[in-house]
Amino acid sequence: MGEKVLEMRNVTKRFGRLIANDKVNFDLEKGEVHALLGENGAGKTTLMNCLYGIYSPEEGEILLRGQPLALNGPKDAIAHNIGMVHQHFMLVPPLTVLQNIVLGQECRLSPMKLDRARREVEELCRLYGFQLDLDTKVADLSVGAQQRVELVKALYRGADILILDEPTAVLTPTEVEGLFEILRQFVSQGKSIIIISHKLWEVKQISNRVTVLRSGAAVSTVFTADVEESDLADMMVGKKVSLQYEKTPVKSQEAIFEMRNVNVTGSQRASSLKDLSLHICKGEILGIAGVDGNGQLELSEAVMGLAEIQSGQVFFDGEEITRVPTRRRIERGFAHIPEERMTQGLVMNFSASENMILNCYDRPPFTKNHIFDNRAVRENGKKLVEEYDVRPRSPEAAARSFSGGNQQKVIIAREFSQDPKLVVAVQPTRGLDIGASEFVHHKLLERKEQGAGVLLISADLDEVLAVSDRVLVINEGEIMGEFIPGTISYGDIGLMMGGTRQGKKEGDPA
Amino acid sequence: MDILSGFLEAMVRMACPIMLASLGALFTARSGIINFAMEGIMIMGAFFGVYGSHMTGNPWIGAVFGMLAGLAASMVLGVMSISVKVDQVVAGTGINVLFLGLTSYLFTVMYPNGQPSSVNTFPTLPIPVLSGIPVVGILFRQSLLTYLAFLLVPVIWYLLNRTTFGLCLRAVGEQPHAADSLGIHVDKMRYVAIILAGLLGGLGGAALSLGQVSVFIENMTSGRGYVAWSAVTVGKWNPFGIMGASLLFGGAEAVQLRLQAMGISLPHQFFQMLPYVLTMVVLAGVVGRTVGPKAMGKPFIKGER
Amino acid sequence: MERRKPSESPLFQQLLGLGLALLLVIVVTSVLIALSGKSPLAAFQAMIKGAFGTKNSTAETMIKTVPLLLAALGLTICYRTGLTSLGSEGQIVIGGLMATIVGIYMGGLPKPILVPLAMIAGMIGGGLWASIAGFLKAKLGVSEIINTIMLNYVATYFVSYLISSGPLQEESGFYPQSDLLSQNAWLSSILPGTRMHTGVIVAAVSVVAVYLLLWKLPLGYQMRAVGNNPIAARTNGIKVARNMVLAMVLSGVFAGLAGAIELMGIHHRLMNGFSSSYGFDAMAVALLGGLHPAGVTVAALFFGALRTGANTMQRTLQVPVSLVNVIQGLVILFVLMQAVLRSFTIKLFTSKKGAAAKEA
Repeated sequence: MGEKVLEMRNVTKRFGRLIANDKVNFDLEKGEVHALLGENGAGKTTLMNCLYGIYSPEEGEILLRGQPLALNGPKDAIAHNIGMVHQHFMLVPPLTVLQNIVLGQECRLSPMKLDRARREVEELCRLYGFQLDLDTKVADLSVGAQQRVELVKALYRGADILILDEPTAVLTPTEVEGLFEILRQFVSQGKSIIIISHKLWEVKQISNRVTVLRSGAAVSTVFTADVEESDLADMMVGKKVSLQYEKTPVKSQEAIFEMRNVNVTGSQRASSLKDLSLHICKGEILGIAGVDGNGQLELSEAVMGLAEIQSGQVFFDGEEITRVPTRRRIERGFAHIPEERMTQGLVMNFSASENMILNCYDRPPFTKNHIFDNRAVRENGKKLVEEYDVRPRSPEAAARSFSGGNQQKVIIAREFSQDPKLVVAVQPTRGLDIGASEFVHHKLLERKEQGAGVLLISADLDEVLAVSDRVLVINEGEIMGEFIPGTISYGDIGLMMGGTRQGKKEGDPA
Repeated sequence: MDILSGFLEAMVRMACPIMLASLGALFTARSGIINFAMEGIMIMGAFFGVYGSHMTGNPWIGAVFGMLAGLAASMVLGVMSISVKVDQVVAGTGINVLFLGLTSYLFTVMYPNGQPSSVNTFPTLPIPVLSGIPVVGILFRQSLLTYLAFLLVPVIWYLLNRTTFGLCLRAVGEQPHAADSLGIHVDKMRYVAIILAGLLGGLGGAALSLGQVSVFIENMTSGRGYVAWSAVTVGKWNPFGIMGASLLFGGAEAVQLRLQAMGISLPHQFFQMLPYVLTMVVLAGVVGRTVGPKAMGKPFIKGER
Repeated sequence: MERRKPSESPLFQQLLGLGLALLLVIVVTSVLIALSGKSPLAAFQAMIKGAFGTKNSTAETMIKTVPLLLAALGLTICYRTGLTSLGSEGQIVIGGLMATIVGIYMGGLPKPILVPLAMIAGMIGGGLWASIAGFLKAKLGVSEIINTIMLNYVATYFVSYLISSGPLQEESGFYPQSDLLSQNAWLSSILPGTRMHTGVIVAAVSVVAVYLLLWKLPLGYQMRAVGNNPIAARTNGIKVARNMVLAMVLSGVFAGLAGAIELMGIHHRLMNGFSSSYGFDAMAVALLGGLHPAGVTVAALFFGALRTGANTMQRTLQVPVSLVNVIQGLVILFVLMQAVLRSFTIKLFTSKKGAAAKEA
């Protein structure tokens, strides 16, 4: 080690009044894995987008091997052998793997000649042991395979500095191992890697050095070997993380909600629900753990009556509700914190107070004698922003003008103000900082205390374990196993998430 | 036999303007822009085609005039949808109203006495041997422009599917952010598509006004621009599909003309409805089973997903 | 990451943008008039005089405003629900057709019954015609945009058939037009000596009705939610497809009413082109009016005046009426651009101020 291949000095990036990166210093040495650690919204991705030429920073400079680097777009970054694998893959699904890899190298009217490219790509695949059929459409590949396409794409363009944005978010534990193996191989060939993450164990496992970002500023850079996970956590949030909650035992054995052998056709085969059964007791938080895209969305939609149930039965409070429409379910006490708060949860052009009645606008006090009462809407908004600590306290401001955490509070205020008996929370803390996450968790626990059943669907295993009374693991639309948090190891959970049924492993005490 | 060959001739002739415009609209569709301005682009081509031909006496120069006029109209759509990033359908409608009005206005101002006299049309060019075949021989006694339209079909197919230009254009229409991350200039590609759409749409308009009748009539496109845009969907975003769709619409118009000429007792209005009803029926049958470019109608804003 | 500005910007900014847009429209139009060798100033003068110069011209402006306003109110509902309908023209035609049928075949009924009946028939006709596109959108997912346009042509040719060789042609069989409606179906004048008819009152009531629908009824909240974010609406159990069909039908109802009133108040018989493309202009009116009943009223008056004034302009100065279409097209485009115009001027203004401050 030693040779500095890259240096960012005092980089500042602003979006209007928001400072996304504040005088950040960062450097990368040849042959190292340098982790960029921070909470969601800490400015990690923005910083790397500056390095990749997608954004141009207002202040500061970027030095590549000691030379100042001016980037006018990703093309310049690519030309300087910088490659990036974005969190949301930058692939064109209807095109083939090979077409995706060569895309953008030239735009000419002459015939496309892919023979040489094909040989080069095949050579690369051989070198790193990738199994890729170059003529498959990307749309038909698994997420893990798509990530490999992204890696090959960067390598094919000659990247020797590789930026990976949250590469493990969509992978199973086994796939993560595979990815890390590949990254170690890259490093041994002299490539340098920047990996963005908010997961401590991951950073600890793969990186040589860590730079921690907190609200846009670089807090410190340390050698990974010198610190413990807890130290990193402290640096990341600035205070002790206490993702640990007092859990009171579940009092009732009576099911508030039950699904029996439910089948739902999903957007992909892997996400279709297959003969899925589960029940939630009154005053219980049932966690659903699993990798994204394994039927979680379909499950939440089936519970809420948003997805068509092909076969099977759904019960609420002892009554069959399989065909009851969403609206009626909401009236009976269903609450829904959807996964995508900006698209599913809120009408961004509506004010916060208008959003706070989206599930009950046609009931008193908001609609009386068929007339809509705007004053009641405004008063309700005023009351709820206080009660749920929405900041700023401006219920008449458009929903889009609030931060992510406060948008989530608007949704929670709406859903919980109706005193629900069943709460479906899907990725309720995704993209929120620790403070806001704790707020959400406390609200869920509060609901539980009041006797509601809670279905917590989250890809964040730590969250599921910290909050749930009981956990089911979902894989490809099927339940792989059930456990009480703290009774089995991470490894066993990981196996279930990867598709091994509970108790199937040899020598497992079950 | 005469009926059939007359019908075939009319079908091909009527299909030509729609096909040219639709092929142009295909470029914009593939790049992710809803080209609702095709009506305005075509009417500009139709008017300036006549104007150019009348001024110079040469229909080909008229066609160039038409193409440039179509380009001008198309650029308005380009600026509105690519640079100003407004709703493309509404912008397209505004463009249509503007240019339908403008061509009428210019027509009245420039030709106060009605039609310009002696406008030269495209000459027909019989292809030796082939044009001698009975019944279908008529298909090879068309104007050069019609041959050109059909020739463009494989050319554009090749351009879209076998060149890196086509690859880039499709990427821009599907995943502009992915294209951008690979250094493809999304806006530039979209402007290229807009230019091609303007040229081809203008030529389609000229084909309409200089085809057989060589007159300009106010509002003479009468929805053909919209039909051309529908043909892109009906033809499943593929030049050969568009050729089929255009022939279908051309056929509907030809049926109308033929039956009217034959004095069939059914009221002519029902035949005039035919192309429009057909568009609706075919759209209802096709949509849902095909998927268009993903980014269609969405302005590209850097860094925003 | 970057947040867009709230769409509801202060009134001043809105007006600034609109003012700039209209200024540009006037500039471009003036150039066009000048190109034809006429004086733009004289042309605009003739226009204003023609629109508001006398009692009669004001009345003419009002009666041209009525169908524009009604159809644009319908489109306001439609666009607020997120549907882009371009089908008012066809719905107006069908509305007129229905009013004709009632007005001719039920002509014996007394006026207080026949007039509302014919209007309701027009509304039902327009609504049903619009529902075709609505259902195709909701059930099959076919874009309403193309279908509404196609339906315009179909409606026009259908009516053309009915009155030229079909059952509705006038008894004498000479012109392609229907018989006159029973006098009991004619709208009475409310301003003696002019053609200003009771339709003006109906239009005024409709403005209030649409305002109440959109902001004082839960249905309006629901529709606006669907229009702004159909996914969030669906997630909260609002039936998106049903609202879309309903909005489409309502827009057809208002357009149909416009057609019925135009026929009962002005033409008194069905003929080709009686709507004179009110339906297309309504789209510009709705947009210019900011999709708000009050704004739409002002915009409809503006366009109504434009139509009346343009006739005078053509008579006195021989400037072609088609200039009105040019103006309308320009209005749509520049109004769309107003946000850009606005920020551009504000930037220009502040940078000048900054420069001036430096010099001082």
